[in-house]
Amino acid sequence: MTTKPMKIEDKLFLDRFKVDTESHLRLVDGEKCVKECEGQPCLYLCPANVYRLEVDRISVNYEGCLECGSCRIACPLLNIEWRFPKGGFGIAHKFG
Amino acid sequence: MKETFDVAIVGAGPAGISAACILAEAGIKTIVFERGEYPGAKNLSGAVLYGHNLAQVLPDYIERGCPVERNIVESRIWYLSKDGGYSIGYRDRIFAGERKFNAVTVGRAKFDRWFAEQARKKGALVVPATVVVDLLRNERGWVAGVVTGRADGEVQAKVTLFADGINSPLARKTGFRAEPKPEQVSLAVKECIELPAEVIDQRFNVGREEGVTAEILGEITEGMDGIAVLYTNRSSLSLAIGANLADFRDHKKKPYELIEQLKQHPMLAPLIAGGKSLEYIAHWLPEGGYDAIPKLYGDGYLIAGDSALLFNALHREGNNLAMASGKMAAEAIIEALKRDDCSRRGLAGYGDRLADSFVLKDMKKYRRFGKFRYEHKELYGPLPHLAGEAAREMLTVNGVSKKQKQKLIMQHLRQGKFGLLRLARLAWQGWRSVK
Repeated sequence: MTTKPMKIEDKLFLDRFKVDTESHLRLVDGEKCVKECEGQPCLYLCPANVYRLEVDRISVNYEGCLECGSCRIACPLLNIEWRFPKGGFGIAHKFG
Repeated sequence: MKETFDVAIVGAGPAGISAACILAEAGIKTIVFERGEYPGAKNLSGAVLYGHNLAQVLPDYIERGCPVERNIVESRIWYLSKDGGYSIGYRDRIFAGERKFNAVTVGRAKFDRWFAEQARKKGALVVPATVVVDLLRNERGWVAGVVTGRADGEVQAKVTLFADGINSPLARKTGFRAEPKPEQVSLAVKECIELPAEVIDQRFNVGREEGVTAEILGEITEGMDGIAVLYTNRSSLSLAIGANLADFRDHKKKPYELIEQLKQHPMLAPLIAGGKSLEYIAHWLPEGGYDAIPKLYGDGYLIAGDSALLFNALHREGNNLAMASGKMAAEAIIEALKRDDCSRRGLAGYGDRLADSFVLKDMKKYRRFGKFRYEHKELYGPLPHLAGEAAREMLTVNGVSKKQKQKLIMQHLRQGKFGLLRLARLAWQGWRSVK
């Protein structure tokens, strides 16, 4: 009866995005994220896995952002600049 | 475009469009800005919609072709351990008869688009793909319109209605309400799972137009204050799970893993078996309750719906509060425009209406409920676990006497630090938080 769990990449692949060339998310000071942030909650509470730990930094994969806003208010350093994507860009719910 | 309107509305969701319908109907020059490609493109709810509140705005919504998925005739509540669970439900023929459309499921992408189209037919101007990035202020500091992300995108308005939802960078930037704290919102993720309509009819034991809702609590949120829902649409199921954002942070859980685990639960798996996921989306729910509600109106502006953090967490009601508050905002605006006084005083009819309605009365009644849930994490871990063990023990026929089984269960409860006294206190506190 059970099926194989879906990976987050496959889930995001179901969605319709109109991706802007410019990111609507920005780490204000990327250095702080690696050096000062304890816990780095953006790495796991983001439902779209936008934030990923690379060798020496956190990358921001804004293309798959579901626009919930969680990273912005849960960032312990309030270090994430968060805008809405430009009008008509970003995710477009098909069912909602 | 340097144009002047009577009313500018930010957001084409249930609150904004309800207001737009009432305003346009009264012949008031109204413009609605929607950041999505179309109304509904960014919106999400379970999604149960309540016919009563929609009818207050559009009495003929059925004739106007409202895209209803299924009419809800049964509501279930499940309390689950990892491997099992309790289920209670209530079905009533009245919900298929004289109280039809009391609650219906909708897909928000379709519904909001249809709803906005009705406002447009009544004469409101709905402008999609447009983000409101700032506010205009007059010399007295009143809100006097909006600045959009378009070139020359200033639009003057006598009154501005914020109906831009719970996640509002505009609120953060302009301070018309405070940014929520992580513990004041739930983060929910949702999947739409496609299944043939006849399969849904069979699995939920309903007719083609009829549907079921299930609200699901227990170990599924792994100790976090949260809930899951499973709703029937015409030829798909809505499966969502959410938890307090501060809990997600503190428990280090990944939302997408939580929903995958939920799909494997023995109560869920047979119902969604063979289904194909069509969409995966995320959204916040306002969980701050009555005490988090911001100042709801001021000089030249009002706030409605999720943007005003209006949400009844106990009954999972949101879009009815949005539609009702949007309607009341519109009524107050009409009064203010007639008197030519759009100051805080002139718009005070909004506050009076809300205070006098189910919107604030219900939220006030349940003002302690959020804190109760947040402070009793055992409701989402040890308690459903022990409750599951108890049922498992009692239902297993293995030659052990029932008296011995009862002793064993009580022993388990005490080991889990759930003496009868504590259970009674928990029940009492829960009752007090909602009475």
